[in-house]
Amino acid sequence: MEATVMQDPRDRSATILLMGLRRGGKSSICKVVFHNMQPLDTLYLESTSKPTTEQFSSLIDLSVMELPGQLNYFEPTYDSERLFSSVGALVYVIDSQDEYLNALTNLSMIIEYAYSVNPRINIEVLIHKIDGLSEDYRLDAQRDIMQRTGDELLDLGLEGVQVSFYLTSIFDHSIYEAFSRIVQKLIPELPSLENMLDNLVQHSAIEKVFLFDVNSKIYVATDSSPVDIQTYEVCGEFIDITIDLNDLYVDESAKDLTRTTKPLKSVSHLSNGSLLYLGQMIRGLALVALVRYEEDKLDGSLAIIDYNVNQFKKSLMKMWDGARLNR
Amino acid sequence: MSQSSRKKLLLMGRSGSGKSSMRSIIFSNYSAFDTRRLGATIDVEHSHLRFLGNMTLNLWDCGGQDVFMDNYFTSQKDHIFKMVQVLIHVFDVESKSINKDMETFVKSLTNLRKYSPDAKVFVLLHKMDLVQIDKRDELFSIMMEKLQKISNPYSFKLVGFPTSIWDESLYKAWSQIVCSLIPNMNLFNSNLLKFNEVLEAEEIILFEKTTFLVISSTSTMQQQQQQQQQPEATLDPKRFEKISNIIKTYKQSISKLRTGFTNLIIRGSNGTHFYVDVLTNNMFIMIILKDTDANTNYVSNHEESMILENIRAARKDFEKIENSR
Repeated sequence: MEATVMQDPRDRSATILLMGLRRGGKSSICKVVFHNMQPLDTLYLESTSKPTTEQFSSLIDLSVMELPGQLNYFEPTYDSERLFSSVGALVYVIDSQDEYLNALTNLSMIIEYAYSVNPRINIEVLIHKIDGLSEDYRLDAQRDIMQRTGDELLDLGLEGVQVSFYLTSIFDHSIYEAFSRIVQKLIPELPSLENMLDNLVQHSAIEKVFLFDVNSKIYVATDSSPVDIQTYEVCGEFIDITIDLNDLYVDESAKDLTRTTKPLKSVSHLSNGSLLYLGQMIRGLALVALVRYEEDKLDGSLAIIDYNVNQFKKSLMKMWDGARLNR
Repeated sequence: MSQSSRKKLLLMGRSGSGKSSMRSIIFSNYSAFDTRRLGATIDVEHSHLRFLGNMTLNLWDCGGQDVFMDNYFTSQKDHIFKMVQVLIHVFDVESKSINKDMETFVKSLTNLRKYSPDAKVFVLLHKMDLVQIDKRDELFSIMMEKLQKISNPYSFKLVGFPTSIWDESLYKAWSQIVCSLIPNMNLFNSNLLKFNEVLEAEEIILFEKTTFLVISSTSTMQQQQQQQQQPEATLDPKRFEKISNIIKTYKQSISKLRTGFTNLIIRGSNGTHFYVDVLTNNMFIMIILKDTDANTNYVSNHEESMILENIRAARKDFEKIENSR
């Protein structure tokens, strides 16, 4: 993929193609995600784009390709071949509230074609609109869909293809979670960020840390421990609360440019002995961490976290500066 | 002591005007969206709410259908209208039959006059979000004038609020209603001013713990003292309600981790510091400080623990006031 980028600088390796049967919810996802994407775009435009090959005009391009309900109409022309070859991830949306057998045949056909054009494509399947299903049924549906897709691919002789499945709904955080993961897969430089976060976690008694984009609810990176969706939600909402409270006391008249704005920072102690920590990083990023501490060591550990987070921020800035020099 | 701290609040109004929704949002942590699930209230629904520790609010949520209403004014009238401290009458701004609404209002005023003449009367013009923004003020003043006129013969002084469950106006109305019931407000206020002198804070706000209604704040007191001056132009006049709203959202959000919060410290973007901390068993305090000195990242670390220490020291005094009732 990177090689093609070198050849044609206008090619974007992190393009996401959103596909699915009609009324699957693609456009709504697009709206939700596009809205969130913009700050993230600017982040990768200028800040930590360390490898020089990674220069997009935008990080994610969602082009919605509307497909007819009947498979027979689908005959990819030359255009879609080029499309598939320039795309980094193919997101296929399945409406879980509808009959999905049609969608599955359609999916396997698309996979077969896309894989033949571009074998490095990431194939992601969103089992969408799960907000309408009961808890028990969700897992059943997921298992059923995974099973059938696997069988179909086996029949087509494509057992090597990696397909990831996500249960999503735009009414809760699952769509953000899914897209966070999809976006993360597309940026091969993220492991270095993750390593840095892992380092931070190890040395400051942090349970879980996210590097959030402030305006969207997408996390750019997290440490390698498993993500608990509730922790993620709480951390995302903690950003909102901090910003909302802060905005109430930023008076309009004092917004002259002579005063430099200081980085936001907030700490909240919870009654179960943990602590939410937010530190503003560069370029609209914020680091949110859940910390468990021991009662008697509180002051010391907070100071250590402060220091370590500052170090993390410095290295982020270095990455960003390095990226600018290399261009 | 216990007798005087029981407060009876009547929540009345025609059916569908939003009485139970209000109650659920303020006292039961419902979100505005959740209130759609509420059905009609049958007869009177009593709720006993502990507020500020030793104050108990007996909230009588009176179902508003005509059958029940007639009952209240005839057979049950001494039961309903005796020993009432506060009557909260809710008007639906979209109501088609305003005259009938007025009629019931007059009826309840008549009974109130007879059975508990010292009661305070609040009227809420509810569902304001359904009115166009530029017409809201006008509609509110017209309605209030009308209501004041018909209630004149009963010598009650009406206090009215425009409210909606979709914004923070609901918190404003209810914190004023509830504050009118707190007996030693003046002690709280004077102590809060003293505390402010010590801290030299931008402002200090007191909240009730479970409902997060604003009990008192220093800036409003200072405004009352120097009445003639123009209101401060820079800060958002609705900020108290917004803060209530934000912190309640926060409480709901962290309840997903099955916990509550004890404090929240924010170092803001233009040198403002926020401290939200437990003050007493029933109150939260919020202190807003402005940095006078620029570029003091190191010093403010010490300041943080100093402020928290100050709050800890103030805790004893406020607990004393609270328990003296």
